Amino acid sequence: MPTRILMTGNEAVALAAFHAGARFASAYPGTPSTEILEEFSKCEGVYAEWAPNEKVALEAAIGASIGGVRALAAMKHVGLNVAADPWFTLPYIGVSGGLVVVSADDPGMHSSQNEQDNRYYAKAAKVPMLEPADSQEAYDLTREAYEMSERFDTPVMMRLTTRVCHSRSLVQPREVHLHEHVPYVKDEKKRVMIPGHARLRHPVMIERLAALEKLANEFEHQRMEPGSADAVVVTAGVAYQYVKEAFPGVAILKLAMTNPMPMRLIDEFCSQYRDVYVVEELEPFMEHSVATLGLYPRGKVAVPREGELNVDNVRDAFPELAPGTAHEKIALPDMSSLPARPPILCAGCPHRGIMYTLARLKAIIAGDIGCYTLSVLPPLSAHDCQVCMGASITMGHGLEKAFEIAGADGEGKRHRVVSVLGDSTFFHSGVTGLMEMAYNQGDFTVVILDNRTTAMTGFQDHPGTGTTLQGEPTISVDIEMLAKSMGIDSVRVVDPYDLEECKRVLTEEMDRDAPSVVISRRPCVLRVKEKREPYSVSREKCNDCALCMRLACPALVQRGEEVMILPGSCTGCSICAQVCKKDAIEVAR
Amino acid sequence: MSPATTDTRSVVFAGVGGQGTITAANILSQVLVAHGFDVKTSEVHGMAQRGGSVISMVRFGEVVFSPLVPHASAEAIIATELLEGLRSLEFLAPGGRLIASRTRVDPLPVLQGVVKYPADAEERLLEFAPESIVVDAADIAREAGNERAANTVLLGILSTSLPPDEVEWMAVIERLVKAKAVDANKAAFVAGRRLA
Repeated sequence: MPTRILMTGNEAVALAAFHAGARFASAYPGTPSTEILEEFSKCEGVYAEWAPNEKVALEAAIGASIGGVRALAAMKHVGLNVAADPWFTLPYIGVSGGLVVVSADDPGMHSSQNEQDNRYYAKAAKVPMLEPADSQEAYDLTREAYEMSERFDTPVMMRLTTRVCHSRSLVQPREVHLHEHVPYVKDEKKRVMIPGHARLRHPVMIERLAALEKLANEFEHQRMEPGSADAVVVTAGVAYQYVKEAFPGVAILKLAMTNPMPMRLIDEFCSQYRDVYVVEELEPFMEHSVATLGLYPRGKVAVPREGELNVDNVRDAFPELAPGTAHEKIALPDMSSLPARPPILCAGCPHRGIMYTLARLKAIIAGDIGCYTLSVLPPLSAHDCQVCMGASITMGHGLEKAFEIAGADGEGKRHRVVSVLGDSTFFHSGVTGLMEMAYNQGDFTVVILDNRTTAMTGFQDHPGTGTTLQGEPTISVDIEMLAKSMGIDSVRVVDPYDLEECKRVLTEEMDRDAPSVVISRRPCVLRVKEKREPYSVSREKCNDCALCMRLACPALVQRGEEVMILPGSCTGCSICAQVCKKDAIEVAR
Repeated sequence: MSPATTDTRSVVFAGVGGQGTITAANILSQVLVAHGFDVKTSEVHGMAQRGGSVISMVRFGEVVFSPLVPHASAEAIIATELLEGLRSLEFLAPGGRLIASRTRVDPLPVLQGVVKYPADAEERLLEFAPESIVVDAADIAREAGNERAANTVLLGILSTSLPPDEVEWMAVIERLVKAKAVDANKAAFVAGRRLA
């Protein structure tokens, strides 16, 4: 066998799925799960795709499983919300080829709008769940998941978190499993969930759950580590690593399978100790199960329920488990005055000009999930609300109807609503929203920021790019024709590097008494190879009004009164030159 | 019984999204793996990378548990930017060393003139951690053949306090760096090693 390889949890899941015989995978990109499909797609003889959204990805994977091929669907935690509809009925129909669904949660919200705990999805849907603590376990448990899936005729959830997905550790891969695809046999009573069939399947699921709990009690990856003291810590996932380091020598029940919870195992092992602790990230998921055994566990009474855990806050939660080891807090230099470094729109980002224009036009902006959301920060301050993928259009619709019901504001003006979302987000879940606007006669404007990629997650292809995940040329969805086919008469395309045009078109469309779509089209600046001439500020013409600074461009700097352009940062987009009322910004000579 | 964890050693990489801290951390990790250590790393992807503060962590030893470096326990911090070096000091162990590039990347509030970049960032670093070393990494890398090998200069400085020898580092640089940049990175590494 090859030597151990340093890899991320995401790479380990992809490799294990391939080694387990999975040949179909579908996903929509989302941090921290994105690299799973990117890695799997490079394996020989596999089919891997970017689906328009997570519901589509999961449904495609269900189809592949019914077709007898081992399949993988991967998504970030909020992606499973989108896929929740198939998720809850999938366990009724079960699998043919093994089916593993990855939920990559993001405690601490490094790149997410919430930190929901998706372990409850496994419990609510009666789906077995495995939680790896490092890359080796991500590999081993993904292999186990495929065996479990076919043996118990159920999908299996692999629940990862950011520090498993994006941590590297050593992995010893095992021999490749030569998996026979399962021949297709028609079985409509099992796979067509009309009420009469579903009523027959639900008891099967409940029996299956009992069998799975028996397995969970005996599962070889549940690890009992006896310790010296009177205390035992129940833990799972990456929290195990923090417990090991914070409380050396303490007894640990380290669970790898956390749904169904192994109640007999917990009872037998923990009953040997006087004090029972539970250390887990986010919600008291395991703690509540342990509590039903009458073990009176200590968990969220001291362990933070929000944010990520680490060695320090785990140790601080239960200092009695690590007497004398607490780090002395070192006296740090005063950090309070240090400038923050928030993420920002890049120099030359095509979103900047259009978001600036919308803010200047005093539009009520319903936003969405993507780089452009960063324009909410001052000085652009160009967002009013944002919830989830695709919600810009639908929230905009409700906002506009509400303003219609409520009438003009105190100053006798009518609020003008604009929904803003990116091309990938539009394909993900904006299309149905657009139909809502068209069908229900929404009188507002949708701006689609079409930069021809999924930029935030690292430039993945989507149905508008003309290329598949595996590099095959394919169709490119025509947004103009799509909108027109819904009966939206006014569909216009603007260049976001032309502020005059943006302002004129947006003003006309916002004033129009009909639904309209404006497509702001220009590729992501990070994907553009040819360089434009950088700009500079003419000292003679500049009157230090600093209007250009409102663009929040990292190529523009104000030192004292004086504004300058950093030549190494400027991409020559010319937005600042167009904003300048003194024509003081010119192509550098 | 679990092995002792006190022998776990840590290096933190602090910088700005797009400065290549993940790549530098990866070179170090692969050198440590080749030397026979257990290694764990942690990094940040996604939104945080859009010009925001980024931190990568590398831990190694006989058996490593947490991929995250605990408070005040890194023996070294590689800072590709001074302000981010300052911000990361909470991870530095007493007596630890910060290896920083004399690079200043103004965050938006500074560009906007709302707050000032700490002019004394370098002095504050050296005051807190007197063993630290601040170098003009980009200039040194340019002399070595490629300005973009600046992070490799910092790795060269770091390398003298770690078990792997120069040959082991060179093997990994050859393997991980793009062919046309290998020579410049090797020269940058050697230049850094001489500064240590």
